[in-house]
Amino acid sequence: MFDLTGKTALVTGASGGIGGAIAEALHAAGATVALSGTRAAPLQELAEKLGDRAHVLTANLGEAASVEELPKRAVEAMGGLDILVNNAGITRDQLFMRMSDDDWAQVLEVNLTSAFRLCRGVMRPMMKARWGRIVNITSIVGTTGNPGQGNYCAAKAGLTGMSKALAQEVAGRGITVNCVAPGFIATPMTDKLNDDQKGRILGAIPAGRMGTPEEIAAAVLYLASPEAGYVTGTTLHVNGGMDMV
Amino acid sequence: MSDIAERVKKIVVEHLGVEEDKVTEAASFIDDLGADSLDTVELVMAFEEEFGIEIPDDAAETIQTFGDAVKFITEAA
Repeated sequence: MFDLTGKTALVTGASGGIGGAIAEALHAAGATVALSGTRAAPLQELAEKLGDRAHVLTANLGEAASVEELPKRAVEAMGGLDILVNNAGITRDQLFMRMSDDDWAQVLEVNLTSAFRLCRGVMRPMMKARWGRIVNITSIVGTTGNPGQGNYCAAKAGLTGMSKALAQEVAGRGITVNCVAPGFIATPMTDKLNDDQKGRILGAIPAGRMGTPEEIAAAVLYLASPEAGYVTGTTLHVNGGMDMV
Repeated sequence: MSDIAERVKKIVVEHLGVEEDKVTEAASFIDDLGADSLDTVELVMAFEEEFGIEIPDDAAETIQTFGDAVKFITEAA
């Protein structure tokens, strides 16, 4: 089950906790992976850990030109592009009344617009191959909302809608487009929360604990696999029961 | 039939899975040959690759029939 031998995958935000775990899971299933992120050092470290079939492609997803180039560079490096995981994301949390245009624009640019551009960029190779898997990493807060994250929630909810539209367009070509919506996962991003916030969050999670990056990666691996060919336009929520949608 | 027309016809036949004799000068990709809107985008991509040309989006929209495609490519190639 879930054998990705011979497949090629581009993972954005691979220097982060969840992105790194996703890249590792796809690689362990046999895929060749392109690790993308802004910082070369952690990507290089991960590539060395993975060994063969791992390529480092640094890119700044806040710059349109850098985003446009990324799928082409991935194809050059790996000889194809079968799987795209849009995982990169940033936060610029601020109460709504205090949120600047810049906080808003940066989060939308990296979390939503770059995903749009990457999806568009991978269409050509996937359409030709009559096979493709796109997995967009959204978030529980795209469904529930979260104070202080108006920009982030908007971007993640936007990503969900975009995925459904694209899924309908390309379903007939063997390409699926799905989302994985993590709940609260133990990563550097959630480490920034204070103890009071963490306490409240844990109280709201039926499973009684934060999730692990590996648990998100397992969901991505499934949606990227040949076995998930009949699953498209959907969101797989991985949140310990925090929000049952 | 010109060499270009032959090559265009081959792409259309292969991509849309239609009989060769259905691909006439006036045959509309969508109305006569069963293409959907995504097929037309894919055909344009295939033409670009086969002939090494760029077909901008506004030009692509004017290519409705087999004859339109041959005419455009003949002028562009």
